[in-house]
Amino acid sequence: MALYHVVVSVTRRKSILDPEGKAIEHALHSLEFTQCNNVHVGKLIEFSVEAPDENTARKIIDATSDKLLANPIMEDYSYSLNELITHKG
Amino acid sequence: MKFGIVVFPGSNCDHDAYNVTKHILGHDAIFLWHKENDLQNVDCVILPGGFSFGDYLRTGAIARFSPIMKEVIRFANSGGHVIGICNGFQILLECGLLPGVMLRNKSLTFLCKDIFLKVRNNDTAFTSHYIQNQILKIPVAHGDGNYFTDAETLRMLEDNNQIVFQYCTEGGICTEESNPNGSINNVAGIINQRGNVCGMMPHPERSSEALLGSVDGLQIFKSLVTHISQGERLAA
Repeated sequence: MALYHVVVSVTRRKSILDPEGKAIEHALHSLEFTQCNNVHVGKLIEFSVEAPDENTARKIIDATSDKLLANPIMEDYSYSLNELITHKG
Repeated sequence: MKFGIVVFPGSNCDHDAYNVTKHILGHDAIFLWHKENDLQNVDCVILPGGFSFGDYLRTGAIARFSPIMKEVIRFANSGGHVIGICNGFQILLECGLLPGVMLRNKSLTFLCKDIFLKVRNNDTAFTSHYIQNQILKIPVAHGDGNYFTDAETLRMLEDNNQIVFQYCTEGGICTEESNPNGSINNVAGIINQRGNVCGMMPHPERSSEALLGSVDGLQIFKSLVTHISQGERLAA
């Protein structure tokens, strides 16, 4: 069994209004960071997954994201996955 | 008639719903803890307002998986009447008993004030005691009440008369200004196609006594009592 570290990013679909993103963008502009645009706010969920191999780990992560972590009507998700090296001895 | 009010960790309008159903209307009412597996033969389920599970992850996202919700979904799918108020509406959306999602209020602020609603469809189990297009004064208290759905679903809701309440001015016009949270088409409450599940963001349980400033919400509970009692008489 391997242990993987996962970071899932859940972001709002671009087609859906993001008032929080807009508010942050306006705040950035008022601080004269006018070159910064298209601000969108998401959330980051990290956890560890025990799985025999990477493919299985990915299937588990997709299932958690589809079922709970992201609402597919308004959110997309992506993730990064790293195998944790455990030192024995 | 027996009402069942589901209580999640973080629910805070459960007692208001109990007060209306038990003390104001004089019917049997029980609390159903979210971990229970038995609806105890209630005739109507109320999913109350509040902040179930702290609104963590998304409003209603965790509550929708509580053990009691399996029974609520089964009850709704066999025609049982369910009303979700505020957080309850959010839970109904998350578990798919109603279509669409709730987004953060357009203003990004938590809104706590009286608003006006228009009864768009008085031919439902929840609104039969109202006149069509009646204007109601009912309070809202939410940060995520911005109802959204895709164009196709919105068309279906309109075509099937599933939009039950819309935000409006005191004179009954659905304007942008009268919409507190930016919800699509000023939607404040909807029902499912079958007509037995209703979700609404405003709080009728907080507008059922003159002491609290409005009794306009009481007719929702009275409509349910009438409808369900009639159903029982027909079945008998």
